[in-house]
Amino acid sequence: MTPPTVQVLDRNDTAKPAANTLAIADCDVHVVPGDQKKELFPFLEKRWQDYMATYGMRPRQGYANGPAYPKGQPNAARRDAYPPGGMPGSSLTFMREQHLDPLNVQMAVLNPLRTGQGMQNLEFATAFSRAINDWQVAEWTSKEPRTKASVVVTYEDTPAAVKEIEARAGDPNFVQVLLLSRSAEPFGQKRYWDMFEAAAAAGLPVGIHAFGYGGAPVTGGGWPSYYLEEMIGHAQCQQALLMSLVMEGVFERCPDLKIVLVEAGFAWLPSLCWRMDKLWERMRDEIPHVKRRPSDYVRDQVWLTTQPMEEPEFKPHLLDVVKWIGWDRLLFATDYPHWDFDHPDHALQVRVTEEQQNKFFLQNAMDLYKPRPVA
Amino acid sequence: MLDPANSGIILRRIRNSNEFVVVTTAAPTFAKAPASPLPAGGICCDLHPGVQSNDVLLPYLEDYWADTVVQRGVHALDTIGYPVNAPLTCRPDWRIAGAKPGTSLERVQADALDTFGLSHAIANCIYGVQLLFSEDMAKAFARAINSWIAAEWLAKEPRLRASIVVPTQSPEFAAEEIDYWAQDKRFVQVLMIVMDEMPLGRRNYWPIYEAAARNGLPVGIHAGSAYKNPVTPVGWPSYLVEDYGAQSLAFQSMTTSLICEGVFQKFPDLKVVFLESGVTWLPAHLWRLTKFWRGMRSEIPWVTEPPWEVARRHIRLSAQPLDLPDGEAAAATLERICEHMRSDEMFLFATDYPHWQYDGMQALPAGLSQDLIRKMMIDNPRATYPRL
Repeated sequence: MTPPTVQVLDRNDTAKPAANTLAIADCDVHVVPGDQKKELFPFLEKRWQDYMATYGMRPRQGYANGPAYPKGQPNAARRDAYPPGGMPGSSLTFMREQHLDPLNVQMAVLNPLRTGQGMQNLEFATAFSRAINDWQVAEWTSKEPRTKASVVVTYEDTPAAVKEIEARAGDPNFVQVLLLSRSAEPFGQKRYWDMFEAAAAAGLPVGIHAFGYGGAPVTGGGWPSYYLEEMIGHAQCQQALLMSLVMEGVFERCPDLKIVLVEAGFAWLPSLCWRMDKLWERMRDEIPHVKRRPSDYVRDQVWLTTQPMEEPEFKPHLLDVVKWIGWDRLLFATDYPHWDFDHPDHALQVRVTEEQQNKFFLQNAMDLYKPRPVA
Repeated sequence: MLDPANSGIILRRIRNSNEFVVVTTAAPTFAKAPASPLPAGGICCDLHPGVQSNDVLLPYLEDYWADTVVQRGVHALDTIGYPVNAPLTCRPDWRIAGAKPGTSLERVQADALDTFGLSHAIANCIYGVQLLFSEDMAKAFARAINSWIAAEWLAKEPRLRASIVVPTQSPEFAAEEIDYWAQDKRFVQVLMIVMDEMPLGRRNYWPIYEAAARNGLPVGIHAGSAYKNPVTPVGWPSYLVEDYGAQSLAFQSMTTSLICEGVFQKFPDLKVVFLESGVTWLPAHLWRLTKFWRGMRSEIPWVTEPPWEVARRHIRLSAQPLDLPDGEAAAATLERICEHMRSDEMFLFATDYPHWQYDGMQALPAGLSQDLIRKMMIDNPRATYPRL
């Protein structure tokens, strides 16, 4: 899989475990099967193994072998994150040495991305995502208690997603349900409701990670030209889906639902809430099912991961934004092993109290995900 | 720019250095809101004359197109973005019995120009020309609307100015329309909508910016969609609140597009004015855009300075709707947003008549500093629109 042109860097001599390093939870870590045949095929029916070989993944975008917008780095990965002979995020041993140990990661939430989500063939997508879930347990969470898996679901096929959530409910290997943000329709719409209700009933937060293949253009005004624009556009995408969840009344219907917006920034949230509150006030007759102010639902039921960290022109302005959002709502994430990785030593470039720091880097995530040991 | 006394932030200088660290964050102190009398002679940068029906445009359409409208029964081009009876579309006390909002010059004079003591107001006609699929029909409607504005509004009310409606379906036709009306100094701006067929920075649209620049006109980009793409990046929503909410997301995307495509490198004198865009999303979006530019600027090497610098020089925003918290916090938050933007020169006063964004005279939040009020109502519009 590794393109021959990728120049891999060996920086591991610089990564030394430090006993007194700040303890963190990393709420966005990406893993991928190192050897699909050996690791994944035991969990995937022969029919779908053959299908993949013959027809490929076929997402809702045109290229068979890569993303619509070529990434900033090969495989969007850090050059030093390639384990010997493998893809970034494919080796537990390597990840322990490079990431989990030296950064003192207490909990790493695994968000596999190449999982069948967003594929056109929903039957295949369902089989593939189920296999990915089994694989996460077999190769990661059962071997390394600091890692916790996400229940990957075929969100465009709600009954299949519900079935998968119910199958994993109560399993301490899993701490959340994982969706990708670029869905076919806004996530608040009726066709998705059973999925959110199933997640709430299972006590699993729903992480919605940037990317995916919904089919709609990246902006409300068509397709932009650059990868840079696609990346920045994740913030607009997440705002749109959050607005949909609020305005369709999903939070009202599911008071136990917890949503985690992953890898799309957070500084946009206060402005969006002010805007939604005004619109709700003005046109409540259009959305009588939304009983409370939009910002109240967001305050109670929404969390956001921090990477890529917001960097104001004047750094302390970040404190305004976090105050508007709440110090208890942000979950630190590195995005390991991707190229735009945030290191905990550099992510928070303002002086904060010890309590704020602890919440930001660790406690908010522990309170939300409540990781339990696997028996 | 940062006012430590009112920011909730206490700074301490690092010894032997010019850098500061934040040592305490106290709750910001919001000044008790006194009434803000608006100064006379203010400039409203976004006001909407209404088109009652295609009938009013018939005298201004070429014969072929007037016949087409009648023979084919071409419907009024109102869009789903502003349903006539929706609360957003018109303030209750600004509604006109038996007619669409904004269709009466007398009411515009009484409700907006006189009430707010305006020296000028810029009329932005939001009629769904950009939605048409025929370039020729769009060209005909744009010409008719501009002719109608000149004859029925500008000629009758000296305080009014207007924006040139252009058929963006054909940038070539749009440029012709700009050159034609630019000779009339009462047209002070070119008007586009934020969600068109493709992102507005794309080279497809550059003939429009070139025509605007050669005539010394800013380009106003108003909320609205040609509805040729779903209004959100995740498809069509269910409700008007989402459609309208998504407008500010599109303005974020178009900020990205205009800057990344290099429009402001190509047209260094061009100013773009976002109309009805919301304003408080701006600094957060530019932080993100600048951060990604740092990481990926090799992809757009023509952008040689941080996007927030480019935005400060080239982008202006009309200040209704104001996406701010309620009550006393509103004014303080808007001033805070100016601090985040490190500029108080970007926001322009607007009544957004007849849309229902506020009641009474509260077009600006109570308690805003007189300095910022004056900038938004007078200085910033004058600096933005050379023809005023």
